[in-house]
Amino acid sequence: MTLHHPALEAGRKASRIPNIWDAAAFGLLFATFVLFIRGGHETFAPIDALSSTPISLDPANLPEYALRTVLRMLAAIIASLLFTFVYGTLAAKSRRAGLVLIPILDILQSVPVLGFLSFTVTGFMALFPGRVIGVEFASIFAIFTSQAWNMTFSFYQSLKTVPADLEEASRSFRLTGWQRFWRLEVPFSMPGLVWNTMMSMSGGWFFVVASEAISVGNTTITLPGIGSYTALAIQDKNFGAIGWAVGVMLAVILIYDQLLFRPLVAWSDKFRVELSAGGEAPRSWLLDLVRRARMFRRIFLPITHVVSALPRQRMAFPVAPPRAAMSVWRSVWVDRLWVVAVAAAALYALWLIWSFVATELTGPEILNVVWLGFLTMVRVVVLMALATVVWVPIGVWIGLRPKVAERVQPLAQFLAAFPANIIFPFAVVLIVHFKADPNIWLSPLMVFGTQWYILFNVIAGASAFPNDMREASSIFRIGGWSWWRKVILPGIFPYYVTGAITASGGSWNASIVAEVANWGDTKLTAVGLGSYIANATTAADYPRIVLGIAVMSAYVILFNRLLWRPLYAFAGSRLRMN
Amino acid sequence: MTNVEFNRVDTLVEHPVLVDVQGMRQVYHKGDNPDLVVLDDVSVTIREGEIVGLLGRSGSGKSTLLRIISGLLQASAGKVQWCGKPVTGPCEGLSMVFQSFALFPWLTVLENVEIGLEAQGVAAAERRQRALQAIDLIGLDGFENAYPKELSGGMRQRVGFARALVVHPRLMLMDEPFSALDVLTAETLRTDIIDLWIEGRLPAKSILMVTHNIEEAVLMCDRIMIFSSNPGRVAAEIKVDLMHPRNRLDPEFRALVDDIYARMTQRAPAGKVEKRVADGFPGTGIGMALPRISTNLLSGLMEALAAEPYNGEADLPDIAGELQMEVDELFPIAETLQLLRFAELEAGDVRLTEVGKHFVQSDVDMRKRLFAEHLVSYVPLAALIKRVLDERPTHMAPYTRFCEELEDYLSEDMAKETMSAVISWGRYAELFSYDGHARAFSLENPS
Ligand SMILES: Nc1ncnc2c1ncn2[C@@H]1O[C@H](COP(=O)(O)OP(=O)(O)O)[C@@H](O)[C@H]1O
Ligand SMILES: [Mg+2]
Repeated sequence: MTLHHPALEAGRKASRIPNIWDAAAFGLLFATFVLFIRGGHETFAPIDALSSTPISLDPANLPEYALRTVLRMLAAIIASLLFTFVYGTLAAKSRRAGLVLIPILDILQSVPVLGFLSFTVTGFMALFPGRVIGVEFASIFAIFTSQAWNMTFSFYQSLKTVPADLEEASRSFRLTGWQRFWRLEVPFSMPGLVWNTMMSMSGGWFFVVASEAISVGNTTITLPGIGSYTALAIQDKNFGAIGWAVGVMLAVILIYDQLLFRPLVAWSDKFRVELSAGGEAPRSWLLDLVRRARMFRRIFLPITHVVSALPRQRMAFPVAPPRAAMSVWRSVWVDRLWVVAVAAAALYALWLIWSFVATELTGPEILNVVWLGFLTMVRVVVLMALATVVWVPIGVWIGLRPKVAERVQPLAQFLAAFPANIIFPFAVVLIVHFKADPNIWLSPLMVFGTQWYILFNVIAGASAFPNDMREASSIFRIGGWSWWRKVILPGIFPYYVTGAITASGGSWNASIVAEVANWGDTKLTAVGLGSYIANATTAADYPRIVLGIAVMSAYVILFNRLLWRPLYAFAGSRLRMN
Repeated sequence: MTNVEFNRVDTLVEHPVLVDVQGMRQVYHKGDNPDLVVLDDVSVTIREGEIVGLLGRSGSGKSTLLRIISGLLQASAGKVQWCGKPVTGPCEGLSMVFQSFALFPWLTVLENVEIGLEAQGVAAAERRQRALQAIDLIGLDGFENAYPKELSGGMRQRVGFARALVVHPRLMLMDEPFSALDVLTAETLRTDIIDLWIEGRLPAKSILMVTHNIEEAVLMCDRIMIFSSNPGRVAAEIKVDLMHPRNRLDPEFRALVDDIYARMTQRAPAGKVEKRVADGFPGTGIGMALPRISTNLLSGLMEALAAEPYNGEADLPDIAGELQMEVDELFPIAETLQLLRFAELEAGDVRLTEVGKHFVQSDVDMRKRLFAEHLVSYVPLAALIKRVLDERPTHMAPYTRFCEELEDYLSEDMAKETMSAVISWGRYAELFSYDGHARAFSLENPS
């Protein structure tokens, strides 16, 4: 039979002549390749290379440092994605695995990542003795631990909420597990995953900067990157260099956003499940460019073919497991066995921690650490309240004006991504100059990078506020405080809570770098749990690091359970708009 | 062509049996509550070459039966066979059309249609060719590269049909495939499917369709199985021997529709009125499941009945047509009126009682008083709430006090629906007031 079909005709008639978009697409692609090779090349060098070519404050080196930083970021995000797919799938598909994996994930996301740097660095260096790659892995791992958990949660949540009719359709058409994963589950989870990946990236810059210059006890390891450049500039009290670092960081985030995330967001728009075509679809010039570049697409056709054919393969097991085995596997006895095994493992873990911490720590010290945690908590609470009072009205004002919101929203997201630790030195200089009390004035640094989450979520909430409700309230002349209380605050509350959860978690984490700040030889310390962990890390005092991290995790978990979760549930049940 | 059609029916007995369900039962367990029997002693046989309809009210278990036949759901007991083998999972040679279309929003029309073939491991070139054929057949050419969200509802369901047909199923299952579409679109699509079927061009050997629309069933099916509710049973089986294409205005067609209406509202022998009412809504006494019907709809139907040309008595199909409602929308309203003794249902007719007529002629206050009286007399749950509120010194009671008691009899969803029905009726009747924030009933007069 001959095929005469519009779908195929359209492809046949397309011109084979390259167009201007091809030139642009090729340029971009190959420039990226070259940069990758340059950056990756040094990763496999022996570790002595790090000391033989020390970091230089010459701004000419900054592009290369920036590249190294970006590559670390990219590696971490890929690792996070792989982790997300495996862990999320396991937790969602296996009831028994989910029983254990989900609580673990919940705790993991409350653990202050920065506190663990000392462990991971020594661990990875032992894995690759004498190689730069070990340290690189440690840094990547630090970024990974700041990114993976919320992505995994988002994926797990999506897997659990796949629409029943699509699920039934794919089952009744007998799609295999592999096909269902790639054709249904991954696409369905895509919008949430892309959004959470973006959030993770925003948070990640902070950690990449913090993890490039690591000192554990007497050894200080600096990986070439923007973070170590900044660290050196702080040591040398070089304001000019810090200015350069800030500038390059801004540029890097901007480029990352334009080249990676805009296209991703624009592309993932097609995975939204709502069947109506309403709303403005997000766009990306890069995606448009690639879509227009004919020759470019033609050359990559074989690759796209393979990539798109793989998810369509059946990949089924050739033989089904015998029914008898299946019924044993599903029985209550295996459940019980599983519970016993998990309980045994948990007991062993507890014993392990206890034997590690109890070697030199006493009761009073533990109490003291709890007290330090309380001090840090007071800081977090006060600063969150301040940030709320400042940013909620501003966010509402902006969000209700679409023209302004359109301009400001990217800026707020951008500020959230900017690693606040780069500009800590400015604050230190000011505190020293005015002889201010570090216990108070170092604290704002904790929310410096995280407050923007509140701002841009509130803007999003106010922008989404239904027009008819605004009109109705102006018709009924609801104004002043009662307008705030009855109309807009309930409207933006769910969005505010979302932003505040991220901001408060981030602030706890930031306290580890914010409660201790250096400028040359000047060292400022605020009394709190963050500085306790930071000092223990510098002293390579492992039992105290573990204790500090455990107490901070406990605080974060309690904070989440007792405050944020109830608020979130409240926002979901009472204040939903529709 | 019509002869061919007759042959098809006549020689059906020799056609191979596809589905064989005998004495099947489906039960849902819920905590300590009595089991919810959704299907009881259901027997169904489907042969190649016929269109079979499952007709019944919503909640009677039609979708459940369809899912059990397709292998998506395991029956609690009884024999379920597909092509002579017991069903253990989704069966080969079956395909399904969904009420909600269930298209993958991220795939184009072409890719959506191909998906069933991908699952069978058909090679890419053949897959493409067969998908294009199915798309052509169902009248979607030109839309191959469109995404579902760019299509209208009717077009989306055409994709649903193309996807189900491309695998050349021996049996195509359809769960209310037309009920999400507007009247005209649904009619066009129905006609197209039937035309393909009588021309023998529909690549499906037989069809089992679920519907709650009587005319749709009579229009399309060779055989109609009428489902009764609570628990779902096959109450009657009707053979439709009318020739295709069928004409809705044909007297034989009308007679068949009226007959089915009558069967679905059949009145029990005299003296068993209580039983009959309990048949309408599952459960008795406090545990009676009530539908969430607004008082506006109740008075609306009474007013329509009282007005010309009905003067208090109407044929259900007639008044359904006038109010532009489907049967399963109209039934619960009429049955609520019957429960409250404002109307009576009999053999496909609905008749206002004297009180019902009185209600229509009254002013708002009088209507509320009448409604309150009947609510307390005939809805045990409303009476219970009123009594508890009267007895308590504070005249207050929490929502959970009643909802939990209901859950001893009903599933959680049904209990919630029943509670919200009784709340809305009680509020209208000013029998009690209810604070949704505090989730509490009280006697204080809201006015
Ligand atoms: N998973 C379930 N658990 C409990 N009850 C269910 C479940 N699925 C369906 N039901 C109940 O079974 C009854 C029949 O449902 P269904 O088959 O969808 O009816 P129909 O398709 O005829 O409207 C309903 O009362 C419904 O509440
Ligand atoms: Mg149904």
